[in-house]
Amino acid sequence: MMTYLRNHPVMIAIIGALLLIALLGSVTIVPETSQGVVTRFGKPVRIVNQFEQGQRIGDFGAGLNAKIPFAESIVWIDKRVRDLDMDRQQVLSIDQRRLEVDAFARYRVVDPLRMFIAARSEDRVEEALKPILGSQLRNELGKRPFASMLSPEREGAMENIRVGMNRLASQYGVEVVDVRIKKADLPDGTPLESAFARMRSARQQEARSIRAEGTKTAQIIRASADAEAAQIYAASFGKDPAFYDFYRAMQSYQVTFIGDGANKSSSTSIIMSPNSEYLKEFSGR
Amino acid sequence: MSILSGLGSLPWRLFSDNKGPWGPKAGGGGESDPPREPVRDPTPGPWGTQRPTSRPNDGGFSGASLEAFLERSRRRFGGGFGDDGGPGRRPSNSKILWIALAVVALGMLLTTMHRIGPEEKGVVTLFGRYTSTLPPGISFTLPAPIARVQKVNVAQIRDIGLGSTSEETLMLTGDQNIIDIAYQVRWSIRDPEQFLFELRTPEDTIRQVAESSMRQIVAQVSLQDAIGNRRGEIEGRVQEEMQRTLDRYRSGVSIRGIAIKQADPPAAVNDAFKEVTAAQQDAETARNNANAYALQLRQIALGEATAFDKVYVQYNLSPEVTKRRMYYETMERVLRGVDKTIIETPGGVTPYLPLPQIQRSTPQRQAAP
Repeated sequence: MMTYLRNHPVMIAIIGALLLIALLGSVTIVPETSQGVVTRFGKPVRIVNQFEQGQRIGDFGAGLNAKIPFAESIVWIDKRVRDLDMDRQQVLSIDQRRLEVDAFARYRVVDPLRMFIAARSEDRVEEALKPILGSQLRNELGKRPFASMLSPEREGAMENIRVGMNRLASQYGVEVVDVRIKKADLPDGTPLESAFARMRSARQQEARSIRAEGTKTAQIIRASADAEAAQIYAASFGKDPAFYDFYRAMQSYQVTFIGDGANKSSSTSIIMSPNSEYLKEFSGR
Repeated sequence: MSILSGLGSLPWRLFSDNKGPWGPKAGGGGESDPPREPVRDPTPGPWGTQRPTSRPNDGGFSGASLEAFLERSRRRFGGGFGDDGGPGRRPSNSKILWIALAVVALGMLLTTMHRIGPEEKGVVTLFGRYTSTLPPGISFTLPAPIARVQKVNVAQIRDIGLGSTSEETLMLTGDQNIIDIAYQVRWSIRDPEQFLFELRTPEDTIRQVAESSMRQIVAQVSLQDAIGNRRGEIEGRVQEEMQRTLDRYRSGVSIRGIAIKQADPPAAVNDAFKEVTAAQQDAETARNNANAYALQLRQIALGEATAFDKVYVQYNLSPEVTKRRMYYETMERVLRGVDKTIIETPGGVTPYLPLPQIQRSTPQRQAAP
């Protein structure tokens, strides 16, 4: 035996290598982030590190796992929450207005075996789920008027979409954790332009009403000032209308013929009759 | 011990000489691998100044003991392998083998110790399975291929910017208006093990959840609130919504805050919004002017009324005299500065007005326009 070994070092090397490969092949390191479907000659036989509700990280599953070398192989399936991004979709509201919606879903593979049988890989699950998400979204939002389409979370529409999607997604062994709308925009072109036009006209209306309001307030302020001045004058002058008449006439003459401080009046010629009140003493009567 | 120390310093020499099979590569790698350096090479001496002088001595000594050891083991094994090599080659081959083993052993030994910084946590996985989280400080685990430690910085506050001030990010408000918004999300890792194991694309997830939460909250407020003074409230609500969503994903992420950097009307309607501001200014101007007028008018009225009152008091003391005095004084002032013509005609003569004097000013007035 020993001589055989000594004489055939290549043989030994090969046998050793095979043993090593078998040893390495009989254990698998299962990471926390993956679940594995163990297949024996292509036939799924068991699942390692399957996701369970309420499971804590490090509880069980992951770590070293034994398998039959060569015969069994493992298909890895993500255990984490994954992202399903939907392409932009136009959704028509019940009042025939369009909205461009960009949504995403978060899902997790909860039944790797079913998922493996139905779709084989995560990518294909996503391919299958995308249209489902799109149609659920259109159905659910299409039942609503435009205004409530803008905040569908309020009426539980997102929850409806999630539940509806889950019903179909469970065929793929997938659980939808959450569906959310990332963007909801008016489509480019006419709808967006008309929204801008509406905003613009609303602002113009606001601007006008602010100006009118300002003018109104100014007029009221001026009028009440006029009224107040009239009241002040009346209270004062009303004590003796006859004297006021005389007093004001004197002021008026002065301003008219001499001018007040600011303006000089133009030159005046006065032709007087000696019979005038002013010259009554002139004639020496 | 002597063998060990010899082995310890050997790889460096070999790699620097490019003799070994991994010479150039491992030598470079060793230099750029800071955590391994201090242990393997505690003093900077051998690497720098001592190396050239100590090399022949060191090499001879450790090489000799190794050779003896290998010779013994080779004899015991019966020379199965490597017999075809020349007598000079054999020891150098085995040396390399031993060195390789030693490096691997040392490397594994080094991987048992982990220095976790004060801002970090170390997530330990044993053959892929999560076992524990290391607190800051020095900790020991099983060596490398068995246990693996991922260091996660839990103190660092990371941020994600959404929308930019240079590019428009439009969002619909609750009253179906559109705003251009840019904001920033600050987050940190709360549970490193959840962060590492629960989400496939944590950063993407945070970004998407931020976008959707912001859209959701903005769709519930009016345009005025969004661009006006309720930004703080919006920020708070978005943060709450994001945290709730991310907790549902068990993401281990903590949202520290949202900062709305910009919430403006889109450029297409900006002029109309400026128009509103201008209108507000105009209205304010009109009000101010009216107020100034009112103030002035009241003061004038008060002044005139007071003046009249004061004169009236005096007038009441002796009405007739005061009245005549005022009359004469006024007439004096009026007539002092003007051309006077007194015509004493009881009747009959038609007064002839000096018309040229009147006309003097009229041609100028006609020429003016």
